[in-house]
Order: sequence, then structure tokens, then C-alpha cells
Amino acid sequence: MKVATRRAPVDIPIPGLIAKVALLGILNALAIWAIFVLIGESAYWIAVMLAAGCALIDWVFLTPRLFPWRYLIPGLIFMAAMVVYPICYTVAVAFTNYGTGHLLTKEQVIENYLSRATLQEDAPEYPAAMYKSHDGRFAVVLIDPKGEKLLGVDGEVLPLGEVQLPVEYADSDGVPESIGPYQRLGTLELFQHMSAVEALQFHFEDFILKMRNVDRFATYKPQYSYDSNLDALIDTTTGKVYTATQGTFLADDGEALDVGYRAPVGWSNFARLIRSPQVSGPFFRVFVWTFEWAALSVVTTFILGLLLAVLLNDQKMKFKGFYRVLLVIPYAMPAFISALIWRGLLNAEVGLINDMLQFLFNVRVPWLQDPFWAKVALIIVNLWLGFPYMMLVSLGSLQSIPDELYEASRVDGATGWQQFWHVTFPLLLVSVAPLLVSSFAFNFNNFGVIYLVTQGRPAIPGAQTPAGATDILITYTYRLAFESGSGTDYGLASAVTILIFLIIGTLSWFNFRFTGALEEVHENV
Amino acid sequence: MYKGFLEPAYLWRHIVIWLCIAFAILPVLWIISASFDPSNTIIGQKLIPSNPSLENYRKLFNDPTHPFGRWMLNTLKVSFITSALVVIMTSLAAYSFSRFRFRGRKTGLFSILLIQMFPQMLAMVAIYLLLLWIGEHFPTFGLNTHGGLILVYLGGAMGVNVWLMKGYFDTIPTSLEEAATIDGATRFQCFYKVILPLSRPILVVIFFLQFIGTYSEYVLAKVLLSSNDVLTLAVGLQSFIGDQYAKRWGVFSAAAIIGSAPILTLFALLQNELVSGLTRGAVKE
Repeated sequence: MKVATRRAPVDIPIPGLIAKVALLGILNALAIWAIFVLIGESAYWIAVMLAAGCALIDWVFLTPRLFPWRYLIPGLIFMAAMVVYPICYTVAVAFTNYGTGHLLTKEQVIENYLSRATLQEDAPEYPAAMYKSHDGRFAVVLIDPKGEKLLGVDGEVLPLGEVQLPVEYADSDGVPESIGPYQRLGTLELFQHMSAVEALQFHFEDFILKMRNVDRFATYKPQYSYDSNLDALIDTTTGKVYTATQGTFLADDGEALDVGYRAPVGWSNFARLIRSPQVSGPFFRVFVWTFEWAALSVVTTFILGLLLAVLLNDQKMKFKGFYRVLLVIPYAMPAFISALIWRGLLNAEVGLINDMLQFLFNVRVPWLQDPFWAKVALIIVNLWLGFPYMMLVSLGSLQSIPDELYEASRVDGATGWQQFWHVTFPLLLVSVAPLLVSSFAFNFNNFGVIYLVTQGRPAIPGAQTPAGATDILITYTYRLAFESGSGTDYGLASAVTILIFLIIGTLSWFNFRFTGALEEVHENV
Repeated sequence: MYKGFLEPAYLWRHIVIWLCIAFAILPVLWIISASFDPSNTIIGQKLIPSNPSLENYRKLFNDPTHPFGRWMLNTLKVSFITSALVVIMTSLAAYSFSRFRFRGRKTGLFSILLIQMFPQMLAMVAIYLLLLWIGEHFPTFGLNTHGGLILVYLGGAMGVNVWLMKGYFDTIPTSLEEAATIDGATRFQCFYKVILPLSRPILVVIFFLQFIGTYSEYVLAKVLLSSNDVLTLAVGLQSFIGDQYAKRWGVFSAAAIIGSAPILTLFALLQNELVSGLTRGAVKE
């Protein structure tokens, strides 16, 4: 008899080890490259985060004790970056004024204002020649009204005679061909670098010299100065003080500079939703309709689905399988395509639905123009999309109700109707109720159907924010952020999103409580 | 006891069902008809087109301003890559949750369950700003790129899939892996030479469920993609039809049919799994 030799388990076979080291090496190389890119663009915070993330991966993969986490880390990284971080960021943005007019940071806005300058009409203009060095820096030679040459370089202007650089002349026009590292630019080269040259500014006495046209510099005066003690921009002509307050530079008389900066504004986005009449009126309508929409969607689809399930669940019913296949078709179509088809069918002038109504009852309905009929249209479309799901779910649940219960109730003399209300329906509801809540939550955020069928229209008249009669909260959020004619309002959009988070969180909590899912999970994991 | 088809009690049931069937399939019949109707307009359309032709299908693939074929390929590409990566990512995570006992396991499972309550698209503003910011440094994964879109989809796919897959792994007896270990297999070899082959059914189901979901995703694609040649079918088709029902109905119908075909096919193949998945949801979210 042969004795089985038992090989000792090998910890890591050589090819596996090589693969692991190679993969880690590639990952680290990529990360180091990315970190250098980021440092080059002065994005230090992201560089630090990336380095920390990479170190975390290395640590997990090189510490034997942590091996279960090696399997988890790819998924967790994506989830952290694309779900958890966006949720946290939404909360942060909701308390800021981020949006049109407040897109930049405070430093960027101040820099922007400091670079604004007004032309001094009565001050001299200077004929100019442009120069560029190999490393991409620019200089300019200016000729002042007395015929003296000045050199503008590194933001300052000084007489050319005082410059410690070798100056070479090539021809007799009196303008140098090169000054140290700077070579004179021809007209064509000048146009290539126009945007950089236009941005050049040189301080000269109390003024700024800037390009006015291709061969001429003019005298400008800075329009604003920044006082860091007051934290204010001061208009240099009028002396008016604009103090930085909550994202805007504000004067004492209430006048504000047109460009503000991104700043925390506390609860003011939420306050606007409740108090500001132009915002809160439409918002309230959107809010109420969202609940009506979700509730009506669930009720209509459930009633039709349950009705069909009861009919199809009958043992003696013929063609059951065939009927089921036909009835499931709406559920199998991609919803975005169905929604677009329905939008065509509901078209008031040329759509099929109105043609049929005209033929049958001689009426035409303004489906997508009238607020009430637009809502009816949406409910019909969603009924079409959703009833097969409810039918399938109800069928599954009906089949799990034991036959003995029906027999027992028949013995007790129950009619079919009584059987349904006292046996079938209560038992069905127990298993289906959590799905109804989930369906409510799903329709609460059913962006696709609303946006593809009505785009939230018709518009609510007089609304300051873009709100339509059929907008639900999530489409309202989208329009606030991406579609507003008067600019975007990320802050307000995020505030609405937080409300949705709270509502969905509450619903899910009820659902978990109801099903005992959490407790069950606790015991089983 | 046998009740015939024409008995009144059953007749009205069949009538009700047929009314519902009419409601369910009328829109579908209508676009099938429109797609073969060369008049290309919704006005005065008949259920049986008078002179059927493939004109609309030909136009569909020869419209330079609305590259339907391109949109279709984009959608298939994004859906395929996303689904493949999701299967890899979630099977790894599910294996760890199913087989290893370690500190943070329960917390991890619970966190995934809680986080997936909130649909990812709710945070669309933040995701848009995040990709805007990533794109400033790494253009391949910024706004208006498939790379960025896929990254976003990957993040949103962890929740349900990990739980589904873990449930399946839990049913595979550990004795198989123990035997493999005795033969000298490493942990990772146990995973991909023992567990993965045994879990083919769930891997296929998750792949296709993710594929269907990604294929039909509209909101995030709409927010993140903008140039004509990178659009997915959902975004492209919406921009194509806009309010042009009178002028583009036939071509749109052809697009709707070709666009639905992959999903209808998958649905037909996976019907049993999908339906049992629905009812499983009744017990366990």
C-alpha cells in the first residue's frame, strides 16, 4: 500500500509572489508619477491624499495579518471615492454659496479684482517692442515721450541704460534686437503669444503699464486695492470700502461687487427654501408633488399588478404562460426608450393617444402643456412601466400562500370576495409591503421618467428658480445645478439633495424595522 | 368541474387581461410599425404601413450629426467594461466577507448595506464637481470621458452585488477549499480555481444585471457626458428626438427597436433569475 505523502501548504508560490510584487510596483510607479504631476500643478492636498492611499494599499498587501482586506480594497476604494465622498461633499456644499457668481476661491477673486485697471486717458502712451526668453519669460522695451528707452521686466520698469544686461542692436531703428536672454519677437511670434503678452503688467510709479494694442503700452491705474487688515477691497477712485462678508464684497450702503467668492453661508440655503417667497412657493409645490407622484405611482401599479396576478394565479385559467410573457414586455424594455416613445404618443397635436381619443370621444387633451394633464400623463406612463413588476412580485407572493387556508375558509362558508379580503390580501401585504416601500423610494427619485417625458414642464409662472409643475425633487435639483437660465446654484441644489437624503433615510429605516432585515442580518453574517 | 373558455365567469377575465395586454403592447407595436414606415412622421401613422421599407434603418446609420452607431458602441463598451470590472471587484470583496473572519467584517457589511440605501445619482452635483476637478489633473478620467463615467459606475455597484454574491458563496461548502489547501493551493488559488468556477451562475447573473442597469442609466451619463461622439444611447437618443416627433419619428422608432434589442434578449434569457431575484427581495433587501 502506498503511503500518501502530504505536502506542506506553500505560503506563496514563486509566480504569485512575482505577480504581486510586479502589480504593487506598477501601482506605486503610477502613483508616484501622478503625485509628481499634482505637485507640478501645485495641487498639494490631492498629492498628499494620493500618497496616503497608495501607502495604505502597500501596507495592506505587505502585512500578512491584513490579508482579508486585500480582497476588499479595490471595491472599498471606488465606493469611498464615488459614493461616500460625494455624499459628504454634498453636505459640505449645501452650507456654501457655491454657484454662478461664487465659483472661485477668495484668493482668486481678490487677484482678479487687483488686476483690473482703468485706462488713464490723459497719461502718456508708449510705443513698445516685445521680447521673450527661451524659458518663456517676457520683457518689453518702451519709449517714453522724451525718447528715453525703458525696459519692463519681471513686473518692474527701469531705464534701459541702468540694466546690467548686454544689449545688442541689429539695425538702425534704435530698438535692441536682444537684451541678455531676451530675444525680440517678430509680429507673427507676437500673435502666437498674444494672451500671455496681454496679461503682462508693469508697475511704474503709482500706475500700471499694460498693452493697449499690438505696438503700444498705456498707463493704467489699478481700480481696486486690497487691505488685509480690513479684509476689504477699496475702490481707488472713489475710496469706497467693500468688506468681505459671507462670500460677497459688500459696501456699507449695501452695494456689492459683482463677483463673489465661495464661502460658507451656514443655513441660508435652507432658509431660502423655507422663507424666500420666489424660492419657497415653487419648492413647496415640487415637494408636495414628489410625494403625490411616488404614492400614486405605487398605488396604481400595485392595483393593476395585483389584479392581473390574481387573474393569472387561477389554476383553471387558460393561456397563463402566454399572457404573462406579453404582459411582462413593458418591464423588459429599457425605461429610457419607453419614456421617449410615450412622449411621442402623448404629443398633443400629432400623438396617437389624442388621435384615438378624437376618434372615440371627439376630445383632444393638452397632455404635456397643462399641469394637471401632464401629471395624469406621467402616472399613466409610469403605470405602463411599473405594473409588470408588481404583477410578478404579487404572483410570487400568491403562490406562497398555502392552499389549506383557502380550503379552511371555504369550509367556513367564505365567498370568493371575502376570501380575497380576509385571507389573500393580508398575507400578500406582509410579504409585499417592504417592496412597496422600496418602490415608493424608487419613484421618489425616478428622474428618468419625469425628465424624459415632461422635463418637469410646464413651468410654474413667476418662479425665481427653474421649477416646473411636474418637477420632482431630484429633477428640481438637476435643474438648479445644471439647467438654470440665470446660472447654476450648486449650494441650493445640494441643500435640496440633503432633504432627499433625509426622506430616503427615514423610509429605509422604516423598511428595515418592518422587515427586521437588520436583525436578521446581524444573526446571519 | 372543468370550466370552459367561454363560460361567463372566465370570459370577462380574459377580456380584462386582453385589455391590459393591449395597453402593454400597443406602444411597442406602434413603433415597430413606424420603423418600417418610410414617411418618417408621427402624423397620420397607420398600424400597418402602406409601403413598408427599411428606409428608416438605413437613415439611422447614415446621419453624421447623430452618430447612432457610435452611441450604441459607446453604450455597449461602457456597459461591458463596467460589468466585467464589477464582477471582479465584487467577487473579491464577497469572498473575503464570506470566508474570512476578521475585525471590521460586520461593520464593513453593515456600512455597505447602509450606504447603498442612497442611490448614487442623488449626489450628482458632487460627482460632477469631483470629475471636473479630477479632469483638471488627469483628463482621461474627467468630465465627458468614458473613463470617468466607468469609475463613477464602479463606485455605485458595490452594495447589492456584494450581498448577493456573498449569499451564494456562503452556500458552497468550505471542505472543497480545505482539500485544495492540503494539495498546496494558496488562498487566492482557492478563490479563483475553486470558488469562481463553482459560482459561474451568480457571476453571470450579476454581470448581466449590471449590464442592463448600466445600459439604461440616464442621469449620471446626462450630467457627465456632453460631446456628441461620447454620448451613450440614452443621452444621445433623447437629444436626437427632442421635440422632433413630427420629423424624426420613423428613424427614432428604428433606433428604439435596435436599442431595446440587446436588453430584451438578455431579459428573455435571464427571466427566471430576474423573477426569483425580485421575490427574494421580499425577504431580504
